[in-house]
Amino acid sequence: MLYILKTALELGLLYSLVPMALFLSFRVLDIADLTTDGCFVLGAAVSVQMAAIGQPVLGIPLAMLAGACAGFVTAFLHTRMKVPSILAGIITNTGLYTINLMVMGWSSNVSLLKKSTIYSMFKGLGFLGDWHSAVLTFLIVGAISALLISFLGTRLGLSIRATGDNIDMVRASSINPTFTITVGLCIANAMTALAGAMVGQYQKTVDINSGTGIVVIGLACLIIGETVLGRRTVKKGAIAAIVGSIIYRIIYAVCLYTKVIPVEFLKLLTAAIVALAIAFPALKKMVAFQKAKTSHTSGRRFEAKEGRKDA
Amino acid sequence: MLDIKEISKTFNPGTPDAKQALNKLSLHLDDGDFVTIIGSNGAGKSTLFNAIAGSFYVDEGSVILGGQDITFLEEHKRSRIIGRMFQDPLKGTAPSMTIEENLALAYLRSAEGTSPFSHISGRDKQIFREKLSMLGMGLEDRMKHQVGLLSGGQRQALTLLMATMVTPKLLLLDEHTAALDPATADKVIELTRDIVGRNHITCLMITHNMKQALEIGNRTFLMADGNIVYDVKGEERKGLTVEDLLERFKAGTGKAMDNDRILLS
Repeated sequence: MLYILKTALELGLLYSLVPMALFLSFRVLDIADLTTDGCFVLGAAVSVQMAAIGQPVLGIPLAMLAGACAGFVTAFLHTRMKVPSILAGIITNTGLYTINLMVMGWSSNVSLLKKSTIYSMFKGLGFLGDWHSAVLTFLIVGAISALLISFLGTRLGLSIRATGDNIDMVRASSINPTFTITVGLCIANAMTALAGAMVGQYQKTVDINSGTGIVVIGLACLIIGETVLGRRTVKKGAIAAIVGSIIYRIIYAVCLYTKVIPVEFLKLLTAAIVALAIAFPALKKMVAFQKAKTSHTSGRRFEAKEGRKDA
Repeated sequence: MLDIKEISKTFNPGTPDAKQALNKLSLHLDDGDFVTIIGSNGAGKSTLFNAIAGSFYVDEGSVILGGQDITFLEEHKRSRIIGRMFQDPLKGTAPSMTIEENLALAYLRSAEGTSPFSHISGRDKQIFREKLSMLGMGLEDRMKHQVGLLSGGQRQALTLLMATMVTPKLLLLDEHTAALDPATADKVIELTRDIVGRNHITCLMITHNMKQALEIGNRTFLMADGNIVYDVKGEERKGLTVEDLLERFKAGTGKAMDNDRILLS
């Protein structure tokens, strides 16, 4: 049981930078950035290939750089070429499939056999025993989230937040939305790629399809976290991403272990959770409207009856 | 201060919907001029503001502000020297950010040279606090509150403060009190007068209140069909009544003023 929880914790932390990236693009910038799936694989591919040539540490920043480039392409298409943001992400994502295959040496699967990774190197320090993966991942994720929170309080960070909050105001207040959207998407995708880079070296393998559906899972994690912590402030949002990601992996592990829900159903369930959570305000409105309508018409029916009596 | 030379703008040119919103409009403002603008629906008042602020580029003519030709300067660069307020109180502030953070954004305009990675400093906060206390709304004690929690009037007062945080060369006010209740509108007008007067800001204000148009500022434009049909200031303006203005409008355009909001107010 402890082993299952440990694995869930590790995976939750490893993948938590995806919901955090979505927090930046989807919540802060208000852009649904679908570059995520391909960008995740890109990060994994770069990091695994670097580890394969004996540079696992260098592989991490390079993966982030590659992710930032992918984000830049999406941002360029969206801001300069006026491609709708969702389509811009899908276009980049499609193109990335080929780029990822190229990075992986035109093979759909690359494994690291007996190569050192950041995890094996950290284990080599030898004082954390079985928990070394969780600790290293926690250190990286903790540092990234602290940097992100601090960054969103700087002048540039405030400008990025305002861009997602009120674009009219931004245009009238000397901030260039093209610039802030570009910076925001580059950072978000660098974080997604970092998640991929860590997962790749942790699992010692990368598969061309390992990113499929990651964006929806990431959103589900973010929504779960926000439900637990609330989404009032930037700090809460970033932490919600981590907490949500861990909870999601625990649910996943429980399903896998107890077979309450067959694991094959998990993606469908995830999609349903995301759809419901995002649809929630609309559903609430619909219910309220129906209620008002029913009480109104029943009132009228009553009046009509009364009227007939008078006559 | 502001020199506009024969600017024109046609929307949807070459289509049945073509509409000439500005028609070879020229104007000159002196330093410290406070001009009120009134006109019919579709006279080109807001279009004039958009042309000055750079929401679009004009088809012809030039816009020169403080000696600098800004005709083809991008909107976000112009907004360093031009403050702007809209009718909708929701347009000027970021609702999910705090009062302090909103003011910090407005303060960015003066931040040339400071690092984009710097945080709001204690000195900045002190300045914000002082400026907020001038509004007399108690907002200085709510700096960590989200702006979305404020009333429309408070938000509009805050927007005014933000637009003038770093004294702009030109302030554009587009019916900025029209969406407020009368008491709050008066308060915001009072603040506007105060801040504009104290900082000697050159200002253009669109209004639908003719009485207000004559009371506030030192000059009044009447606009119709994409041009200024009547420009009055000084002694001539002092003796003017609302009836005179309507008369002038008819003389200038050959038809009666048709602005539903003016007729109602």
